[in-house]
Amino acid sequence: MLEIKDLHVAVDGKEILKGLSLSVQAGQVHAIMGPNGSGKSTLSYVLAGRDGYEITSGSITYKGEDLTAMKPEERAAKGIFLALQYPVEIPGVPTLTFLKTALNSQRRARGESEIDALGMLKLVREKAKSLGVKEEMLKRALNVGFSGGEKKRLEILQMALFEPGLAILDETDSGLDIDALKVVAEGVNALRDPSRAMLVITHYQRLLNYIVPDRIHVLAKGRIVAEGGKELAHELEAKGYAEILKETA
Amino acid sequence: MAATDTKEKIAALGEKYKYGFVTDIEMERAPKGLSEDTVAFISAKKGEPEWLLEWRLGAYKRWREMKEPNWARVHYPKIDYEDAYYYAAPKTAEKPKSLDEVDPKLLETYKKLGIPLHEQMALAGVAVDAVFDSVSVATTFKENLNKAGVIFCPMSEAVRDHPELVRKYLGSVVPVNDNFFATLNSAVFSDGTFVYVPKGVRCPMELSTYFRINASETGQFERTLIIADEGSYVSYLEGCTAPKRDENQLHAAVVELIALDGAEIKYSTVQNWYPGDEEGKGGIYNFVTKRGDCRGKNSKISWTQVETGSAITWKYPSCILRGDNSQGEFYSIAIANHFQQADTGTKMIHLGKNTRSRIISKGISAGQAQATYRGLVSVHPKSENARNHTQCDSLLIGGKCGAHTVPYIESRNRSARIEHEATTSKIADDQLFYCTSRGIPQEEAVALIVNGFCREVLQQLPMEFAVEAQKLVGISLEGSVG
Ligand SMILES: Nc1ncnc2c1ncn2[C@@H]1O[C@H](COP(=O)(O)OP(=O)(O)OP(=O)(O)O)[C@@H](O)[C@H]1O
Ligand SMILES: [Mg+2]
Repeated sequence: MLEIKDLHVAVDGKEILKGLSLSVQAGQVHAIMGPNGSGKSTLSYVLAGRDGYEITSGSITYKGEDLTAMKPEERAAKGIFLALQYPVEIPGVPTLTFLKTALNSQRRARGESEIDALGMLKLVREKAKSLGVKEEMLKRALNVGFSGGEKKRLEILQMALFEPGLAILDETDSGLDIDALKVVAEGVNALRDPSRAMLVITHYQRLLNYIVPDRIHVLAKGRIVAEGGKELAHELEAKGYAEILKETA
Repeated sequence: MAATDTKEKIAALGEKYKYGFVTDIEMERAPKGLSEDTVAFISAKKGEPEWLLEWRLGAYKRWREMKEPNWARVHYPKIDYEDAYYYAAPKTAEKPKSLDEVDPKLLETYKKLGIPLHEQMALAGVAVDAVFDSVSVATTFKENLNKAGVIFCPMSEAVRDHPELVRKYLGSVVPVNDNFFATLNSAVFSDGTFVYVPKGVRCPMELSTYFRINASETGQFERTLIIADEGSYVSYLEGCTAPKRDENQLHAAVVELIALDGAEIKYSTVQNWYPGDEEGKGGIYNFVTKRGDCRGKNSKISWTQVETGSAITWKYPSCILRGDNSQGEFYSIAIANHFQQADTGTKMIHLGKNTRSRIISKGISAGQAQATYRGLVSVHPKSENARNHTQCDSLLIGGKCGAHTVPYIESRNRSARIEHEATTSKIADDQLFYCTSRGIPQEEAVALIVNGFCREVLQQLPMEFAVEAQKLVGISLEGSVG
């Protein structure tokens, strides 16, 4: 489903990803762990197509298509979703309006019919309820004044709404209390599907107790330096990155 | 509310400048240039009484002695006032009595503009006066309004049918010698809208006027006068379009509002005159004087404007808060893209006790455009307990445009409380990325963010128009990023 080969990425002329390769099959959930500054968010931005992240060599294909030439909105319409580590505030734009605009833009790009206001309200309400997002929040300006946890829930709500083919969650668990973590994990698990792949970036093994990954990759200094099954998370938790990096060096 | 037709009409405003077309209709004009003869010609064409001709000639004399103002932050080549026409009207024998008698070409024009003058407008609850170059060509729903006692008619008709009202109020808010452009207007004004709402009447429908410049080399000088008698309420909306031409055309209107005791006037503008092309060629010079007089106690005047068109905008809708406890409001969105220049703002003149004013201005600049907010809050010595709150926000899109804020505050009473807040921001990359990564194309993302920025003002528009005004905001920023 997602195939990354020998990817090199530079930001402002500085190389951040240095030959990263990764392959995720449909139906699988992969976790990416790694020290601060190792390039995890950079990888997620590159996948979503953010400006300023220059691919100097290597390739990314999604469902066999070259992703690198597509604009972010084209990728979104093709089913790529990135839950941001730091969701952005947009003053004056009601959350519901944003959700509606985004979903209908994606549908339009795919040649599907748009959902009308009423249909959208029903759809969003239903998802909001299952994720414990208060209706009152949907009327407020997007992410403005939302608590850290509320912002993260809203990211997952969007994932549930867009039903992406590849979901990338960048530290969605950071800043969540234990109950919220469970709700978010349930939301993610509910979307697990043979046709869908997920890339879960996290620092904590705790999340992986709820979202059990098929595979764990350790990213350090712009490269995948270790890989393993779900037990790798326990090992990392016990030993820390330094130890693992030494072992793999 | 069955507002779809109304929506369509503003929806039309909201698509890429598509009113650039010209209606091919035979026109009658005054001779080129400006002289006493031109003024007399216009007055005679309208069959005006002697007093009004005198009034015009007086204005003309004053104007000859006046200098064009140059304090605004706008730049344009010198206007040759002798090289323009001051009157142009479709050549029909007489003003049609009903819509069925209106020249089909004109009806077609308004249809193309998205303004159906027929029954559909009733569904939307909006009465329309359509002004084509120098004359009003149709006014709808007069009967319905008559029943309520509301007078809504072209200015030229009001001069004929309600001379006592016109004579009493015309020039009582914007005096003949107020400023260069207003004085010019007083001499040569052609048509415009007159509204009178009697005591205690809540006007049963939205009133609106559509101004259309069609003829080339012709200025438009309309004059609008709205009087809300004691305890009455009226909401009025004006919309404007003009053909695409390489030349610059002058639009110098005067709008006067009078609110007596306890009356309220809500005046909204969606201005989409041709802004010129992407290189800055052509476009309307919009030099307009709009002023409201809260003459009575507890009266209220509220200006809301969405200014997206014109090559140059020079416009300061103001409130004179004369009556005790009166309130003035100014809500403004001014968008300048490409080479447009906008110098706009308001004046709040506090004369009465316990008067309140509120200013919310949202300026958006993109391309190489310059947007200036210029505002005056003045509190006179006898105005006890005056309150003003000003919020003035600028948004920049790209690195070549500019935003400027010029607030003047004059307080001559110690009990006054005046608050001024100003912000300048840019659309952040991470905001754009957040939108595009969720599937929203870049231009739509800009429109969404800008509409969010303008929200407090958009909310002030009559419901039927708000949605479509949002579209207009998006359209006028096309090509501003990427
Ligand atoms: N514009 C930039 N210019 C230079 N360096 C940058 C720029 N943006 C990011 N970096 C650097 O790239 C590296 C990788 O950053 P990234 O955000 O991808 O790390 P991360 O693995 O997500 O870290 P964390 O776990 O703290 O979220 C960091 O060293 C960061 O400082
Ligand atoms: Mg990160």
